[in-house]
Amino acid sequence: MFSLVNPDGTVRDRLPVTLDEMKRLYADMVEARVYDHKSMVLQRQGRIATYAPFEGQEAAQIGAAAALRPGDWVAATYRDAALMWKAGYPWELMVLSRIGDERGGSPPEGVNVLPPSLTVGGHMIHAVGLAWAEKLKGGDRIALTSFGDGATSEGDFHEAMNFAAVYELPVVFLCQNNQFAISYPRSEQTKAASIAGKAESYGMAGVQVDGNDVAAMLTATTEAVGSAREGKPTLIEALTFRMGPHTSSDDPARYRDDEETESWRLKDPILRIRLLLEKAGGWTEEWQSEVESVAVGEIEASVARAEAVPQPTREELFSRMFARPTPPLLEQLRRSQK
Amino acid sequence: MSVMTLAQALNGALDLALARDPAVVLLGEDIGRSGGVFRITDRLREKHGADRVFDTPVAESGIIGAALGMAIAGLKPVAEIQFLGFSYPAYDQIINHVARIRNRSAHRFTAPMVVRIPFGGGIGAAEHHSESTEAIYAHIPGVKVVIPSTPSDAKGLLLAAIDDPDPVLVLEPIRLYRAVKEEVDEGHYVVPIGPIRVERDGVDLTLISWGAMMKETRAAASLLEESGVSVEVIDVRTLSPLDRSGIVASVEKTGRAVIVHEAPLTGGFGGEIAGVLAEECLYSLKAPVRRVTGWDTVFPLKRSEGHYLPSTDRIVTTARQTLED
Repeated sequence: MFSLVNPDGTVRDRLPVTLDEMKRLYADMVEARVYDHKSMVLQRQGRIATYAPFEGQEAAQIGAAAALRPGDWVAATYRDAALMWKAGYPWELMVLSRIGDERGGSPPEGVNVLPPSLTVGGHMIHAVGLAWAEKLKGGDRIALTSFGDGATSEGDFHEAMNFAAVYELPVVFLCQNNQFAISYPRSEQTKAASIAGKAESYGMAGVQVDGNDVAAMLTATTEAVGSAREGKPTLIEALTFRMGPHTSSDDPARYRDDEETESWRLKDPILRIRLLLEKAGGWTEEWQSEVESVAVGEIEASVARAEAVPQPTREELFSRMFARPTPPLLEQLRRSQK
Repeated sequence: MSVMTLAQALNGALDLALARDPAVVLLGEDIGRSGGVFRITDRLREKHGADRVFDTPVAESGIIGAALGMAIAGLKPVAEIQFLGFSYPAYDQIINHVARIRNRSAHRFTAPMVVRIPFGGGIGAAEHHSESTEAIYAHIPGVKVVIPSTPSDAKGLLLAAIDDPDPVLVLEPIRLYRAVKEEVDEGHYVVPIGPIRVERDGVDLTLISWGAMMKETRAAASLLEESGVSVEVIDVRTLSPLDRSGIVASVEKTGRAVIVHEAPLTGGFGGEIAGVLAEECLYSLKAPVRRVTGWDTVFPLKRSEGHYLPSTDRIVTTARQTLED
């Protein structure tokens, strides 16, 4: 397993990331966690629909997305809000989606991040097609697709990995192995010793990374992105842990014990960077308060903007299906208004 | 103009589309080197290059999912699934992603792509090679479904599908690939997606069909005409979006309708058309709307195909019954 920063904040080897970059990544992880906690609160208050929290996976997501360039494609999952945000997708639109508004699925021009679907694994192959198009167009954009350990059992994982390797496409496969697919443990998901090891059977490089180490994630993903731009896809397995429930409707006490969860709390991705920054003299109480207050301000403002978006009209329900509504849709709209 | 089979017309359409628009790419199993199992993409790889016409691994979900990614990123992929009976691994991609990306992203990401699929029986093929499950595709909001039955329509509908800003499924009747020939314009033209084609004007009865069953439907119409019945024949050719008003206009005129399709009766698309007629022109009907369809059985192997496929006789008999009511 590739790692750079130990859970106690000591550095395993030379750190190829500057102190300023580490501070940026730290602040981003803090902001992501504020969003995650706020979302759970909004769900409990009935202000958003079911929410899939990512607490514990901030480093895997922020570190990976930090390796991307503007314009690169991202096809991610419903648990990847931090990754999507770091790639340019506004918090506000993610909140709007969770409020139950399709307009939240429309990121600004230039942000090539697909709105996630709720099927497991179906989106991995989209990244392959996106990368294929970029290769044919002669551009240097890559596509990163993120998914969980459970998705590696889907047939689409195989098809996507195979296509990417066969056509030498600029794709990065990021598996956030958070140890559980709802209740089903990684040990039963596959008999393979590692998920990264599956890459070999596709003729692709595979690397296992400490997914709670943002420096390692940034470094490994940067390398994978570089290879991708040369037509060599990579499978990254980020070893991490979902600290919370599968979704706001799930009760993890039914399938995992607190001891396991607590053991991962010691490996918290934010804590270790704080310890590292403290040791390096890059952390002060004052700076921490500033980071937190910026984060809270951003998230609160995003929620307020999302909640202020007016109700969608009935026309939009019909007009979103095609570039121009078909005669049957127009007829049904007329009937619905009677 | 030159005389072409339906297969040649489709090949010509793809050839033109590749030549006209560098964003058009073809992908599918065996469509490159071998030109496709029905040779619809014959010689296109040689002509337009291996970076425009792709042979793919055997993975239907992968083909359609990759095509969707290509479409989102600005290409116009035309994917082929070898037979409709092999399309179901890709059904998830079509119903959950291809059909929904525009809605999911509120128009930000779209799927200007075409999926071509040979379908239908009557050629004595093996299991899974004779399916007519068009209804399960026409049921999906967000995709259009067209089914040509003539060479001219095949070319024009396929070119319209490629030009369309949204995903279009083109279901190609295997039995007609080489069984029908006609003069086809060699240039670029489109047949609009949506409108039905009234193939024959009449006043006593409307026969409504699509795809390969148009052959038996035409034959039945000719037999009925010989006995003095004036038959209107409709080739639906676009199942979704359905030209409800075109069908209703015909049946309001004739007062009698028989719907013919190869797919099983229950849940078949004929039920949808019968529903439209019940809603829109019940008071113009002089007789019950009837359906001549395949049975609610698995499509049989060669020796039983005759037991299954709607025959000209069955259509004529049902039409006469409708005329007598």
